[in-house]
Amino acid sequence: MKIQFTLNGTPHDLEVEPSDLLIDVVRDRLGIKSPKRGCGKGDCGACTVLMNGRSIRSCLVLAAEADGQDLATVESLSANGPNDLQQALIRRNAFQCGYCAPGVILAATELLARQPHPSEEEIREAIAGNLCRCTGYEAIIDAVRDVAKPTRKPARARKGAKR
Amino acid sequence: MKPFDYAIAENRAGALAALQQGYRVLAGGVDLADLLKEGVEPHDRLVSIDALDDLRAIERTEDGGLRLGALATLAGIAAFPDLPRLFPALAEAASNTASPEVRARATLAGNLLQRPRCWYYRSADFPCLKKGGSQCYAWAGENAPHSIFPSGACRIVHPSSLAPVLVAAGAEIVTDGPDGERRYRAGEFFVNTDRDPINETVLPQNELVVRVDLDELPARSAYIELKERQVYDWPLASCAAAWDGSKWHIVLGHVAPLPWRAVAAEELLQGHADLDEALAERAAEAAVSDAQPMSQNAFRVRWARAAVRRALLKACGKEPV
Repeated sequence: MKIQFTLNGTPHDLEVEPSDLLIDVVRDRLGIKSPKRGCGKGDCGACTVLMNGRSIRSCLVLAAEADGQDLATVESLSANGPNDLQQALIRRNAFQCGYCAPGVILAATELLARQPHPSEEEIREAIAGNLCRCTGYEAIIDAVRDVAKPTRKPARARKGAKR
Repeated sequence: MKPFDYAIAENRAGALAALQQGYRVLAGGVDLADLLKEGVEPHDRLVSIDALDDLRAIERTEDGGLRLGALATLAGIAAFPDLPRLFPALAEAASNTASPEVRARATLAGNLLQRPRCWYYRSADFPCLKKGGSQCYAWAGENAPHSIFPSGACRIVHPSSLAPVLVAAGAEIVTDGPDGERRYRAGEFFVNTDRDPINETVLPQNELVVRVDLDELPARSAYIELKERQVYDWPLASCAAAWDGSKWHIVLGHVAPLPWRAVAAEELLQGHADLDEALAERAAEAAVSDAQPMSQNAFRVRWARAAVRRALLKACGKEPV
């Protein structure tokens, strides 16, 4: 079947099987590799992409369902190098292996677009569906907060923070 | 994934025609994609109903009720203006289910019709009762998350968080089909596994859920769910409590194959509008008095009791301790 969607601003016309998953089309057909195949069943969030600005699981969405939609991955954020959120994450050394990073960044991007000054609770809730097995989340949350409240001093490093 | 025919319904008539031909509905796909990939439900024919925009609406009725479209997302329900004041139990259930990515796609009808999370059911390697096989593997296996109340031999728990709330509020599930619109009381829509080990609801294959009607919202309500992790986890016990102005409705979730009405607790509270700690505790005890836990899940009888007590007190505006 024929579908068309926009990915990171570029329109695509594609012939897909109804059983093709969105993540496979994005990665293997279009070569956009930031969404990762993690658990493959919607649990881990590594496959997160933005569909019309909402973060969704591309491993649970058929490519056919993306027909006519506007998709974005983390590649769209860095046209001019890492954006403010990404730089804050780098400063905080918020990732180690990086497998979860694209999903976390997109989930946080959606949050900040909707709520530029989120509370810590809102930040935690927004990234709750993105599992990170390296860092314990604290540095990620601190980095999102740095961007959320740029006028404030960065939060002090936590004493005895576990890594 | 096994290949399948994929049809796109342009309108409701097209969707109903596809159902008559044996197509299975694809809406948000959150649960169905998983079942297809695992080979647990290898459907030959799917019909997308994404174009049925009229099923997305969430509306207040003139006389103070709510009409929730079948394709309203959990995120959409959670964001409905003033819902935490209008119907706190529904706001709580919709905003705490799974994660933001799931709530952005998951639909109301999909939440009610999602298949159980039982790990034996979810594995194509186990020909269990729910798949038409001859035994339930939970009895001799890992059964901590399974039913703690009297059920048939299949010991699933119903996975929906919205279902207990809608049953407690006396909602009606409206379908469309060959004989036109039908209304099912939410409390009669779900079935226990002694009546049907295969299907969790009475919904016929050729009917499409189109909306959920709440003619009146409960005067007071609360929903409590208890999980191992505070976010993005399946509850191990939950309770919806609703006061309709003359009677309490208490429905447990995630503890039985269907939203579990705590009839004994409802009767014990007859004539009591406002509850104190002691009365809430007595009702909670009554709610689990007929529990029949399995080898690994007796702890969830205590969890269920705590959920009932806390939901009742919260519905009365009291902070449970």
